[in-house]
Amino acid sequence: MLRCAGLTQTYPSGNQALTVLQDISFEVTAGEFVAVIGPSGSGKTTLLGLLAGLDRPQAGRVWLDGAELTTLGEDARARLRGAKVGFVFQSFHLIPTLTARENVQVPLELRGEPGGKRAEELLARVGLADRTHHYPAQLSGGEQQRVALARAFSTRPKVLFADEPTGNLDQQTGARIIELMTELNREAGTTLILVTHDPELASRARRILRLADGRLVADTAA
Amino acid sequence: MTATSAVIGLAWREARAARRRLALLVGAIAVGTAALVAINAFTANLRRSVAGEARALLGADLSFASRARFTPRVDSLADSLACGGSTGCGNRATVTSFAAMAYVPARAGVRLVRVTAVQGGWPFYGQITTTPAGAWSTLQGARVALVDPALLTALGAAPGDTLALGRLRLPIAGTVDRVPGDIGIAAAFGPRVVIPGALLEETGLLQFGARAEYEIFLRLGPEQDPDAIAKQHRPALRPERVRIRTVQDEQQSLGNALERLGRFLGLVALVALLLGGLGVASAVHVFIRQRMETIAVLRCIGATTRQVFSVYLIQAAGIGLVGSVVGAALGLAVQLALPSVLGDFLPVQVEARAPWPVVALGVGLGLWTALAFAILPLLGVRQISPLATLRRPYDASVRLTRDRWFWIAAGGLGLSVIAMAVLEAGHALRGLAFAAGIGVTLVGLAAAALALVRGLRRWFPHRLPYVWRQGLANLYRPANQTVAVVLALGFGVFLLATLVLVQHNLLRDLRVGDGVARPNLVLFDIQADQAPGVDSLLRAGGHAPPAPIPIVPMRIQALDGVPVRPAAVDTTDRPNQPSGWAVRREYRSTYRDTLVGSERLVAGTWWRTGERDPAGEPVSVSVEVEVAAELGVDVGDEITWDVQGVPVRSRVTSLREVEWARFEPNFFVIFRPGALEAAPQTYVTLVRVDSAAARGGLQRAMVERFPNVSTLDLSTVQRAVDDILRTVAAAIRFMAGFTLVAGLVVLLGAIATTRLQRMRETVLLKTLGATRRQVVRIVLAEYLALGLLATAAGLCLASGAGWALAHWLFETRFALPGGALARLGAAVIGLTVVIGLWTSLEAFRRTPVEMLREE
Repeated sequence: MLRCAGLTQTYPSGNQALTVLQDISFEVTAGEFVAVIGPSGSGKTTLLGLLAGLDRPQAGRVWLDGAELTTLGEDARARLRGAKVGFVFQSFHLIPTLTARENVQVPLELRGEPGGKRAEELLARVGLADRTHHYPAQLSGGEQQRVALARAFSTRPKVLFADEPTGNLDQQTGARIIELMTELNREAGTTLILVTHDPELASRARRILRLADGRLVADTAA
Repeated sequence: MTATSAVIGLAWREARAARRRLALLVGAIAVGTAALVAINAFTANLRRSVAGEARALLGADLSFASRARFTPRVDSLADSLACGGSTGCGNRATVTSFAAMAYVPARAGVRLVRVTAVQGGWPFYGQITTTPAGAWSTLQGARVALVDPALLTALGAAPGDTLALGRLRLPIAGTVDRVPGDIGIAAAFGPRVVIPGALLEETGLLQFGARAEYEIFLRLGPEQDPDAIAKQHRPALRPERVRIRTVQDEQQSLGNALERLGRFLGLVALVALLLGGLGVASAVHVFIRQRMETIAVLRCIGATTRQVFSVYLIQAAGIGLVGSVVGAALGLAVQLALPSVLGDFLPVQVEARAPWPVVALGVGLGLWTALAFAILPLLGVRQISPLATLRRPYDASVRLTRDRWFWIAAGGLGLSVIAMAVLEAGHALRGLAFAAGIGVTLVGLAAAALALVRGLRRWFPHRLPYVWRQGLANLYRPANQTVAVVLALGFGVFLLATLVLVQHNLLRDLRVGDGVARPNLVLFDIQADQAPGVDSLLRAGGHAPPAPIPIVPMRIQALDGVPVRPAAVDTTDRPNQPSGWAVRREYRSTYRDTLVGSERLVAGTWWRTGERDPAGEPVSVSVEVEVAAELGVDVGDEITWDVQGVPVRSRVTSLREVEWARFEPNFFVIFRPGALEAAPQTYVTLVRVDSAAARGGLQRAMVERFPNVSTLDLSTVQRAVDDILRTVAAAIRFMAGFTLVAGLVVLLGAIATTRLQRMRETVLLKTLGATRRQVVRIVLAEYLALGLLATAAGLCLASGAGWALAHWLFETRFALPGGALARLGAAVIGLTVVIGLWTSLEAFRRTPVEMLREE
């Protein structure tokens, strides 16, 4: 489902080039739940960005569901994301001018599908059936993240990327979100890539990739 | 570090972080200040130039002017003043001017010109520039004519050609390029032809009924005070209908006219500054909401409300100071462009200088505007509780109206606007009216903007494709400035559209172009014995002229049996007295049995066709309603006329309303047929000739056979009026353009305040799978809607204002020029969209991975 080979990413830093990722290679099969862990600055987020086609690597290649991301243009990658990828972010990133339902609809509508009914279903699924017409500012943090989760699953993605999804939530709410996420993952057979520095959260995954200083230092089954 | 310097330091550090946004606010203030300084500096320089050239404007120390030949009494008064009693001398000159037809026998054209016959050494002061140089001084004693360069162009003639003027044939010796006090635009009506005064009688043009202006110019000795002399002789000359003018009068009347235009343009500039202030207010409002947490933290760590307030007030003052200084510099540069915009209206050459008081005033007003507008939203700072650090309230709007200081600041702001308007208008009442006008317009625009925004939200077009809905939804984003931007842009649209409307509605009545079956040639000054000849000449050309309209010149002798003494009726401060103008003027009346299309009876009854008033009874007359009001007469009153020395009694039997705006012969007074047929009279004939070539041919044939008959080509007049209005409109549009620029800067400022949020959203959409095309279309939808809202609000209000002006001020029908307004709207919408897309370029370029980096 997801494969990368020899991924290397450097950023210019002052006069020197800072190597953030160095020669990362691994493969994730369909339906797998993988956690990427490592301390701050170990390159987790950079790796996520490259795997999801948000950025291009300096060297190396990425395949997502058979398509080689690294040869596609920006719009082609955007279309691929719209079709096959879902995202959950640490700070939710809902669009403030849209209601909960409209936020969930966005990825579907970008593909030209109406998606109103699907959005209602998903919001009901995450327990927000009665909040569909609320704006993000009117929702609590946990509720906002649940809307984000509904949005991520709206297109029935093959791969879901979650970047510290519980980072801005209290423990209990965070736990609810992870539960929901794994449930949806099971129901839809979605491949789940979770980036976190929380070992407990990572322990829920079936496989853990450990990064340190931009290198893959461990690949263990949980 | 003292508390004050700490506050200033904090203000500086805070400002550093928001450089781009502050730069735009500086721009908003700068645009208005620039407009204000430019027009005020220009007016000041113009005033100085007029004062410097004052004596040259009149060309003499004193002048007598009359519509009739001077009586021997006036003649000898002039001699006694300037020549020590002897008859004529070098200190006295006579200038006679009148309209006539001129042509060059060897060429095809003919043109209505303004003939100026100069006898003596006028101008005594100032220089008349001619080509070849010095031609003016050799004019006297020579048998030549000097002409306006425009006449050479119109007739296709060159110096050396022979000019025909009535019965006179003169070689053209050169051109008159500049006469002090003459405005260029005047040549559009009738180019000037100067001939030596001695040749005046030879033209044979000043026949009965011809309208001429007779002037005597005097050079006085250093011991004579022109103003005292004018004051001394004015009462005695008034019954003779002779006007006295001095250098001071000339300077004052010219100064007043120019000052009015300058003041008006200054008020338009003030609007640009106020819109800048509005932009500052709106930006500060949003800024405070965005800084709520920072402010709460500052409060937590011990800052007093006064200190926090000061931090932001210092920033506003900084914006105001930098903006107004930059604007003043810009304004001084812009004033260099104004003479070229207004050129044809300027009687003097304006030397561009930097008048420091004007600059200082501009800087002061700019600074004050920034502060006055910033204080209102800044008061919100005082209500931000340190508690907000712990819990950010959902409803972030602060209730300012409960704050006593809010009302004080709002009152202060209103008073400042009024004070600025009064200052710019130079007149308390006019300033107040203008401030009220601005207030009404702003309230109207705000209401229109709010209604449109609310309406859009209420009836949101849910069926639109997603990108359009997302674009529209952006107009209500948190901390949006939609209403402020619509207001600022809408004001520019409003001013420009009102201008378009006024221009269109004023010009429409003058149209005599193709497709309108109105006469376009007016033949006037036809003598009674020439009428049959003119008629047959027209018929020979295949035209069917209507019956010629008789014109009988007359003056008022008595009102209701009481003789009018022109000397007594002059003052305007006695409201119940007839006005001097209406009593003294010469009336050119006609007689006929029917009303014409441009007239409407408003009182009394029209006489029955074919019948006459009984012998011995006063003749029935119909008086135009406004002049009747000036004279204080009503239906039933009696007016005695002096018709070329013969008294004629008349009774007012009806009042008429006349649509003067149409170019048709209209009359203040119409007599019932039967009384004036035997009086000395001239005739006017109107005819429609479609092709310009045929018009030219007819005019030429007419002038060759009847040199004293003048032909007015209305399409030429229309072009001249078009030119004048276009020039005035260009000047106003130039200043109104500043309001539009101010509006666009406010738009830029509003975009800048939400820049980060916009960027984040765009990148998020990309992450979720939006292509660049989709993102561009969302931005397009948002700014298209914003531009549409602003344009719609501005056009709605302009239509109202245009209708009101047409209805009450110009008293004409109102029509909307769809094409011109659509072009204006499209331009504003286009600009808005371009700015929107341009400012989004950065967001388009960013890659979605930055989404993750901002965590």
